[in-house]
Amino acid sequence: MSARDKFGRPIVVVTGMGIVTSLGAGKSDNWKKLVAGESGIRTITRFPIDGLKTTMAGTVDFVPVAPFTSTGLSERLGHMAVEEAIAQAGIGSKGDFPGPLFLAVAPVEIEWPQRLELAHEVGGTQFTYDDLLKVCGGGKFVNYHHRFLFGSVADSLSDTFGTKGSPISLSTACASGATAIQLGVEAIRRGETDVALCAATEGSVNPEGLVRFSLLSALSTQNDPPQAASKPFSKNRDGFVMAEGAGALVLESYDAAVARGAKILGVVAGCGELTDSFHRTRSSPDGKPIIGCIRKALADAGMAPEQIDHINAHGTATPENDKMEYVGVSAVFGEHTGKIPVSSNKSMVGHTISAAGAVEAIISLLTLEHQLIPPTINYDIPDPAILFDVVGNKAREARVTTVMSNSFGFGGQNASLILTREPA
Amino acid sequence: MSETTAVTNEPVEVWITGIGLATSLGEGLDANWEALNSGQMNVDEQGFAPYIVHPWAKVNLEAQIPKKEQRQMEAWQRIGTYAAGLALDSAGLKGNKDILSRMDMIVAAGGGERDISVDTAILNAEAQGNCTPGFLNDRLMSDLRPTLFLAQLSNLLAGNIAISHGVCGTSRTFMGEEVAGVDAFKIALARIAGGQSDIALVGGSHNGERKDLLVLYEFGDYNLKNEFKPVWARKDHPGFALGSAGAFLVLESKPHAEARGAKPLARLSKVVADRARRKEAGAVTGTLDRLWSALDVQEAPGAIITGATGAEPVTSEERAFLDHHKSFAVRSSGTRFGHSMEAQFALGLALAALSISRGALFAPGDSSGIETDMKEAPTQIVVVGAGHYRGEGMALVEAVK
Repeated sequence: MSARDKFGRPIVVVTGMGIVTSLGAGKSDNWKKLVAGESGIRTITRFPIDGLKTTMAGTVDFVPVAPFTSTGLSERLGHMAVEEAIAQAGIGSKGDFPGPLFLAVAPVEIEWPQRLELAHEVGGTQFTYDDLLKVCGGGKFVNYHHRFLFGSVADSLSDTFGTKGSPISLSTACASGATAIQLGVEAIRRGETDVALCAATEGSVNPEGLVRFSLLSALSTQNDPPQAASKPFSKNRDGFVMAEGAGALVLESYDAAVARGAKILGVVAGCGELTDSFHRTRSSPDGKPIIGCIRKALADAGMAPEQIDHINAHGTATPENDKMEYVGVSAVFGEHTGKIPVSSNKSMVGHTISAAGAVEAIISLLTLEHQLIPPTINYDIPDPAILFDVVGNKAREARVTTVMSNSFGFGGQNASLILTREPA
Repeated sequence: MSETTAVTNEPVEVWITGIGLATSLGEGLDANWEALNSGQMNVDEQGFAPYIVHPWAKVNLEAQIPKKEQRQMEAWQRIGTYAAGLALDSAGLKGNKDILSRMDMIVAAGGGERDISVDTAILNAEAQGNCTPGFLNDRLMSDLRPTLFLAQLSNLLAGNIAISHGVCGTSRTFMGEEVAGVDAFKIALARIAGGQSDIALVGGSHNGERKDLLVLYEFGDYNLKNEFKPVWARKDHPGFALGSAGAFLVLESKPHAEARGAKPLARLSKVVADRARRKEAGAVTGTLDRLWSALDVQEAPGAIITGATGAEPVTSEERAFLDHHKSFAVRSSGTRFGHSMEAQFALGLALAALSISRGALFAPGDSSGIETDMKEAPTQIVVVGAGHYRGEGMALVEAVK
């Protein structure tokens, strides 16, 4: 077996994976629930939901963070996923991971509890923003400086796990997790490193986070029952469901993995990425950027469309996304489209936004391992305009050798990954 | 653009073929160059008193950004989108759909402006006893502008550049304060040198005239207060004056540039980054020494352009590193432009490439003795960036022989 792909580049394999979602912590718990068609979506209890149009989310409530901050939660989830991934890979030693960190993380800002704390520090009932500013210094809130720097989560992961060099924090909106993986693949292909830690984490279910997406009419408002809200590819889908979670992958060159006797969990055979300049939140109506993105991923893997035998869809359940994903996929795959089983994990775990690309890449690799495709639940009224072979409601056994995992995000971000079980 | 290209054995030479600068000193290369050499400063000690900022020099935005797009952006995005357009102009690429549609982009970004008046009103209302469970939800639902979120999302500077200028190959946004700028250039350079990309637009922008940012940095007592002083004269009153700036560069493989007849302003030879364990005294100095060794800098005469912040202890640690290279002429971008955080390293690279292309280093920014005259035309300039709290990086910019 060649240690290089058909373009002469080092083959990039996965040797460790870790995952946390609203369904639970760890691969085994998540997989069990995913193939059973369980939903992690529930009515929000973290903060009051009075006055909100959307009152449910895929929150991770079983990981306590006190006092709660979204950045603090994403840091905790990131730690859990990375710990599981490194333990499985069995690489390096404790606190000494022998490669760089690429981390997909949500943009960071000071949150409402901290803003309120400043207001209470000022006191009184009539104050200006300058009054708030006056009480910030002097060291009382110094920890908030560190907490609310954009690099803080990567800093913490880098300290704990001993990754090498300058950790990179990145955002490509809903494609961030895929971008983190892509950066790791590129670094290994360039020969800069034999191993990379690619992680993605999201903990953004807070009042303003929810309101922001709500004001853009992006969220489902089918609150009751919450488990039925996320309906990818259904005619009555009405938006995505915000969710939290994290995914982490240890990527290695095939040679390095074999040399140390590591178990190979799968191969990142190809990555594609193409920007859409049509609109800040909408895809170009002709689907060209999505089509181009998928074609770039296929070209990068050196594969023909017919070699893809499963698509782990972006499948957010917004009316726009699911339609455009079908337009793009069907344009590339033609008659083959209807022969590819398609599923959206977001029907169960919700949309983990910055983490989604990594979470779904991991579920794609578990699909390859188990030869079982997790269902798209809540698929009761198929959208007649979307002629995918949706794996509806029940997991399906299938021969799966090659999965395409799609991620499309605000700001025209499109990324597709191609994952295989064995090196080609 | 071409992830599929086989990895090349010999690194491809990477040229800087375009620079876009829109700063507190003005827009464009000539205005910034003249301001630097005439000792001009643009410091506002009043508008945000006691804090000091370097305000953005107003421009005719329509020259780069269609009016309807401007309305969708907050200032930090307008600054960056404007500077990105200048960089494309400088590289002779504006409107070249063939190249722009496959041009890669890496942006170093923080987040966008909050609506200060909404925040203040909500906090006052809460203080006045509005504390029903749904209070915050109701106010956010009714007071936030629906599209404000898009002006705040980190990756939407890149999104706006794609929309306004058609840069549509790949798009990645790096966050993480100062060193995000270093990493953006490090990755872009590595991709082009390794044959994974032919041409990339790389840079960042920052709006320093923001009280929400002053809050964040005031938590750590990092803001320069009361009186402006050059970066090297702040030891007793450390801190940075936030600066508004957009800085973008076009990086291009030599063969790609030659094929389209583009001239190099300079060569980007190396970019390195690390993260010192700053709890240990001297860690930053040690890290900067190691990064310097990785650059293959020739002996003097040479120059160093640093984004030193004026915050402590990092600025003193950097001074100790600079003391190891006393024959090099030093320039602080922070003294002249303020601290533009994620954009500061791009700004330093822009100034380095500009200096090399003009055959001179710009004038010293103060009389501290650290910034000495340089008579020779610089052929090598080292750009240094040590973050106020974390992250260190360095780049080597050279004349194309």
